[in-house]
Amino acid sequence: MNAHSMAVAGTPVTHKGEVLLSVENVSLRFGGVKAITDVSFDIRKGEIRAIIGPNGAGKTSMLNCINGFYHPQEGRITYKGVRRAKVRPHQAAAAGIARTFQNVALFKGMSTLDNIMTGRTLKMRKGFFWQALRHGPAMSEEIEHRKVVEDIIDFLQIQHIRKLPVGKLPYGLQKRVELGRALAMEPELLLLDEPMAGMNLEEKEDMCRFILDVNNQFGTTIALIEHDMGVVMDLSDRVVVLEYGRKIADGTPAEVKADQRVIDAYLGVAH
Amino acid sequence: MSDIAAQPAPNLLANGWIKAGLIVIGLVAAALIGARLDPTGTIHAIFVDPFNQMVQAPDLLAQTIWEGLVSGVLYALIALGFVLIFKASGVFNFAQGIMVVFAALTLVGLYEKGVPAFLAVILTLGVMFALAVTIERVVLRPLVNQPDIILFMATFGITYFLIGFGESLFGGNPKQMIAEQLLLPKGAIDLKILGGIVSLQKIDIAAAIIASLMIAVLALFFQYTRIGRALRAVADSHKAALSVGISLNQIWVIVWFTAGIVALITGIMWGARSDVSFALEIVALKALPVLILGGFTSIPGAIVGGLIIGIGEKLGEFYWGPLIGGGIESWLAYFIALGFLLFRPQGLFGDKIIERI
Repeated sequence: MNAHSMAVAGTPVTHKGEVLLSVENVSLRFGGVKAITDVSFDIRKGEIRAIIGPNGAGKTSMLNCINGFYHPQEGRITYKGVRRAKVRPHQAAAAGIARTFQNVALFKGMSTLDNIMTGRTLKMRKGFFWQALRHGPAMSEEIEHRKVVEDIIDFLQIQHIRKLPVGKLPYGLQKRVELGRALAMEPELLLLDEPMAGMNLEEKEDMCRFILDVNNQFGTTIALIEHDMGVVMDLSDRVVVLEYGRKIADGTPAEVKADQRVIDAYLGVAH
Repeated sequence: MSDIAAQPAPNLLANGWIKAGLIVIGLVAAALIGARLDPTGTIHAIFVDPFNQMVQAPDLLAQTIWEGLVSGVLYALIALGFVLIFKASGVFNFAQGIMVVFAALTLVGLYEKGVPAFLAVILTLGVMFALAVTIERVVLRPLVNQPDIILFMATFGITYFLIGFGESLFGGNPKQMIAEQLLLPKGAIDLKILGGIVSLQKIDIAAAIIASLMIAVLALFFQYTRIGRALRAVADSHKAALSVGISLNQIWVIVWFTAGIVALITGIMWGARSDVSFALEIVALKALPVLILGGFTSIPGAIVGGLIIGIGEKLGEFYWGPLIGGGIESWLAYFIALGFLLFRPQGLFGDKIIERI
């Protein structure tokens, strides 16, 4: 982790690749409440992009716009060069956008294995007929995907909870299972909403390691929301800062940390 | 070894069996004392006589239990339709009963129009699929993310629409189910056992077998396939299901269609025993006590609940009914369900409700 953060510190602006997703002048309102106002930024292929900001800054709303839960009233979101109008969540998922949630959203009654298997839903394409019969192609397909899922379970070191219903697991492990489910989708863009919220130090370190490994090994582009500044500065290549639904800063961790408006937003400013 | 004296005395009442045993002993003692003080024989008639009858005429008992079992299977089928939809969309589908009637009416109606019986079954399945798609488009999709009670009320709307639509298409008169044409067996098998004759209707045996098969297939489908997993996922969390690329719309169509298939089979079986009319819808309300017993989210619960209600009802009617002038079959199920609500509100197999505070 140290090596990585040094590498980041050593490269002033990390142009990891072409733009994967760009958000242009996006505004989102709920009735009279402005959640996001005229925000623009981009996410480049292969980078870890952090979205930070005080509570209520519109971070989660931003993720919800990106994966189609919300549809912004104004502005454009372009993903892989295609401008998307009113994308639905399952379409976003099909296009390779996976996500986790702020307050873990797992299928509580199902086992860890089954939860992660649901991540393969879109990869399994054998017809309803075979599914119903549970035979022929559907069966071999099931086995094939099971293999991928087992690899993910190994990667996240959760072999011991494979068969347990996730509702009974401790919070830290639930977050890990949720990450596993997102990884099972083999996403190009992974959205993590506070992946380390409510974790102790050890769990946070584990999670950091997993995020970095995912980024390095699979080349997955990651956008994450996080409150722990240490984590954000260590992990991310670039940071965008929101406050009251507006963008107030955008740049490398070092730049953002030095930005007066960011300091004001976080520490408060005398009026 | 720890000092025994230092340990607290075990609380015997904490053990459910001991508690239940004490209650039973209490009841028996009360009954014995009561019998002494009971000049009119009321208590004897309630607590002793029915059991005497059961022992003295085991063939009648077997017959009663069998009949209870069969209606129990049919209750279970109706309840299954409710459970499917409730699990996948969190909607209590009041329209399940009318869907049974509508499916049966469509089948018979098509046959009367001259369509061969088995083709009529396939066409009826097509109609149920169209119904599922329509409900998803017209009712569910615009109401996404609305409170459950609104969706519940919407299913009332579906119910009344289907009643009116069905009546205008097929008329309000009771119809004969085309059981023979569907190769369902007729007549009865008389078993000479237990010192008497127990008569089993062949159609009842067929109903029991078909229902069991269907339940088994559904259970496997839910447990082991991608779509089954997706259904369970949707039942657990809508937003998480969406995020992994499950299309709610598709799942809802599948679930309502499956409930439609269950409705058709229930309609055929029930129709073959009596006839096909809108009165069947009232019978479907029996699914409510079944669900309270079995839990709204459990398929095994629907089955066991159905059997308990079916058998309990018939036994109650036959042995205890005459004491208060009969006719208790129509309300006994609700009475049993009330008892369950008091002591085990989540049902026999339902998920225990734990709320963190």
